[in-house]
Amino acid sequence: MNTGIPLTYFLILAAIMFFVGVYGFLTRRNLITILMSLELILNSVNINFVAFNRYLFPHKLEGFFFSLFIIAVAAAEAAVAIAIIINIYRRFTTINVEDVDTMKY
Amino acid sequence: MTANQIMFFLFSAVIIVCSILTVTSRRILRAATYLLFVLVSSAGLYFMLNYQFLAAVQLTLYAGGIVVLIIFSILLTSQISQKFESVGWKKSIFSAIASIAGALITIITILDFNFSAANEAAREVDMHLIGNSLLSVGKDGYALPFEVITILLLAAMVAAIVIAKKAGPKDPQSQTSKQE
Amino acid sequence: MINFTYTVSILIIPFLMFILLGLAGHKLKPKLSGLLGTAGLGVITALSYLTAFFYFFRGERIDGAFQKITAYNSTWLQLTDKLHIDMGILIDPISVMMLIVITTVSLMVHIYSLGYMKGEKGFERYYAFLSLFSFSMLGLVLSTNIFQMYIFWELVGISSYLLIGFYYQKPSAVSASKKAFIVTRFADLGFLIGILILSYNTKTFDFITLTDLNGPAISQGSGISFLGLSVITWSMIFVFMGGVGKSAMFPFHIWLPDAMEGPTPVSALIHAATMVVAGVYLVARMFPIYALSAPAALNIVAWVGAFSSLFAAIIACTQTDIKRVLAYSTISQIGYMMLALGVSGYGGHEGLGYMASMFHLFTHAMFKALLFLGAGAIIHAVHSNYMNNMGGLRKYLPITHITFLIACLTIAGIPPFSGFFSKDEILAAAFHHNKVLFAVEYAVAGITAFYMFRLYFNIFWGEEMRYEHTPHEAPATMTIPLIVLAIGAAISGFIPFSHLVTSDGKAFETEIEWGVAVPSVLIGLLGIGIAYIFYAKKSPLPDKLAATFKYTYRWAYNKFYIDEIYLFITKKIIFRYVSEPVAWFDRHIVDGTMNAIASVTQTVSFRIRGFQSGQIQKYVFVFISGIVLLALILIYMWR
Repeated sequence: MNTGIPLTYFLILAAIMFFVGVYGFLTRRNLITILMSLELILNSVNINFVAFNRYLFPHKLEGFFFSLFIIAVAAAEAAVAIAIIINIYRRFTTINVEDVDTMKY
Repeated sequence: MTANQIMFFLFSAVIIVCSILTVTSRRILRAATYLLFVLVSSAGLYFMLNYQFLAAVQLTLYAGGIVVLIIFSILLTSQISQKFESVGWKKSIFSAIASIAGALITIITILDFNFSAANEAAREVDMHLIGNSLLSVGKDGYALPFEVITILLLAAMVAAIVIAKKAGPKDPQSQTSKQE
Repeated sequence: MINFTYTVSILIIPFLMFILLGLAGHKLKPKLSGLLGTAGLGVITALSYLTAFFYFFRGERIDGAFQKITAYNSTWLQLTDKLHIDMGILIDPISVMMLIVITTVSLMVHIYSLGYMKGEKGFERYYAFLSLFSFSMLGLVLSTNIFQMYIFWELVGISSYLLIGFYYQKPSAVSASKKAFIVTRFADLGFLIGILILSYNTKTFDFITLTDLNGPAISQGSGISFLGLSVITWSMIFVFMGGVGKSAMFPFHIWLPDAMEGPTPVSALIHAATMVVAGVYLVARMFPIYALSAPAALNIVAWVGAFSSLFAAIIACTQTDIKRVLAYSTISQIGYMMLALGVSGYGGHEGLGYMASMFHLFTHAMFKALLFLGAGAIIHAVHSNYMNNMGGLRKYLPITHITFLIACLTIAGIPPFSGFFSKDEILAAAFHHNKVLFAVEYAVAGITAFYMFRLYFNIFWGEEMRYEHTPHEAPATMTIPLIVLAIGAAISGFIPFSHLVTSDGKAFETEIEWGVAVPSVLIGLLGIGIAYIFYAKKSPLPDKLAATFKYTYRWAYNKFYIDEIYLFITKKIIFRYVSEPVAWFDRHIVDGTMNAIASVTQTVSFRIRGFQSGQIQKYVFVFISGIVLLALILIYMWR
């Protein structure tokens, strides 16, 4: 199953997805789209772990389980983030990230 | 080219294109949809790597849970019909430079490194093994992270409820809005 | 060996009086504070006479010379392992003589002030300052080392400042006290430089070591040379500069006439009898070094003294304020003392000038204090300082009249009063050393007689003024000191000074040199005669003479414009070309640098503040960029 596709391809894919997510995080103005970019980043990390597990440590399961836990954590974090976004919307009536800047000098 | 490779390139293409579209799309619901495609393709990659359980979890939680959650929040914050203005020049250029620089460094490092593949035989990952590992406390047991995740989920649930609920009766503003 | 340790109390008692009267004086009744101050001084006067008796008449003489005894010594500041500043008491002929002079005159002034300053505001403050002054002056003469003398020198300066400015609400008094302090402080800069040069080369401050004939100052004398004069000579010249300031010699004499703004007893004590002779005392103290290692400096001393006495005598002929006449007279007489030291040699009969100078110091203290206190009684009676408002007072102030007359005869050098003896010794010493200096001093003797009797006749004879209320004689507390000092002035000429105070401690015989004495008496009588013609009755002669020599008269009346010259130099030259650029530098460059640092900090912090913009994406951007940069550095550049 692993023949044919070298490990580095997975890693490069993950890297590209990661940095696309970073770009999205830095560029987007809507808080929800920032959350989506964050999910992209977490997902790319998942692929990384799984690829390493399959190619470098096939007799162990650590990468696998770690990915599992990352998915769980991502879910929890998305939930809390949505709650915060709703709260912010209630207070500021906007979820434009540039308008939520009262914590400054 | 083997079937594996074709599948891999297909999935990779979908992932890359859809992720770029997610971050550059101007309508929010379309961005959510592209995200869904990315997550489903990732699940496909997991299937390819023979981690079926993980792929199933990915589809259930990520695609079925988080994306739905995001769409609900879009509805709740009345964003659904809005079209975004385009981003300012400076911001996108700087971010692009930063991301591309990072990507290049990462990729070059990856290519330079010699990954020595393992010599041992692969383990068959079936539900039996997963279940036992999750709950075993001995060597190779993941009971502790399991419990930690439990507590985390509980905390997240409580936090989400507390943060998102409306202010109580003490707040005079909400009282008047209630009476209205 | 007699134990002189008790002399410490001579210093401690006036200091305690100062503290007591200074802190608690206003709680006591004024009369009590006056009596306390006087009592303290009475005690130390008795102690001084006791010391003099024991030292001169019961003390040991080695080789016929009086010994310098260190009565008390304690190391105060250890500068290096060899150099240290002590505080101590030195008993030797001149210090014992000065003890008597200072305590006697101070006691007379204390008693006199009980009457003169009665009812004045600040009576306790006055007595506190008088005690401070007595303490400082006694400390100065009893010092064992030159640094201690410098400390007490400055203390005396402060006491003088406090007492001249006693009427601190009068602007003229305030500016006079400032002038005195600044001029003497400037001169003390020279003194300090002299001390430093001297102690650097001889590695000691102590007087006994410095004046030791085999010591470092004298035996190694002309070591290193600078501009043709040895280092020791230079240090002695600088030290003398301090003496010039304190003793009001030309060119630092400008403060003494203005110092007459203080109360008259203060003028008597400080500016006639004791403080102004500190410069003479300094030269006398260092005399072995001056005579044996720095003869060039001694020459300067002589010429400065001669010039000052002539200069001051000419000005005194034209002044109308009686205290100012006496002030210029003081400058003139101190010039005599400096001259006498300047023409003196060292040892035995060679040291005639030294002995004469000290003798004249002794007698001058008596008669000058008497003159000032008498002037005080006159001012007290007439309520004015100016000669124009006085005349024919001999009917109203008999005691003052007689004592004042005795003093004038003494200063004119008429036998058998003491002034004749001391002035004769000075003239004899000058005659044998330098005929030019002798001629100058001889002329000054005549001029002195003239202006003193001009003063006397104008006050006590001449046309009687219509007085607002009849002048009355001074109370007993004021006349008793006058009488005591008059007796002193009259008979102290017969003290055998050459047996007691000489340059090397050994006694020698002196006799009156008739070749010098007779001409000096004659010129004195000539001066008195001219003054009688001009001033005893109302006469047009003085005004005619003044009109003939219009320019000379005007120059002498305006004190030869020395004050104006100083003012010009300081204001137009020093302030404008030195002080103002320095002030500009300080304000703009030094302060400017500080302000620039502050404002740059402020600007930078204001800019940096922008980092906390509240924009999340900016934070993350910086974060990501930082990680990328770090990755770059760690992976590729850090070998």
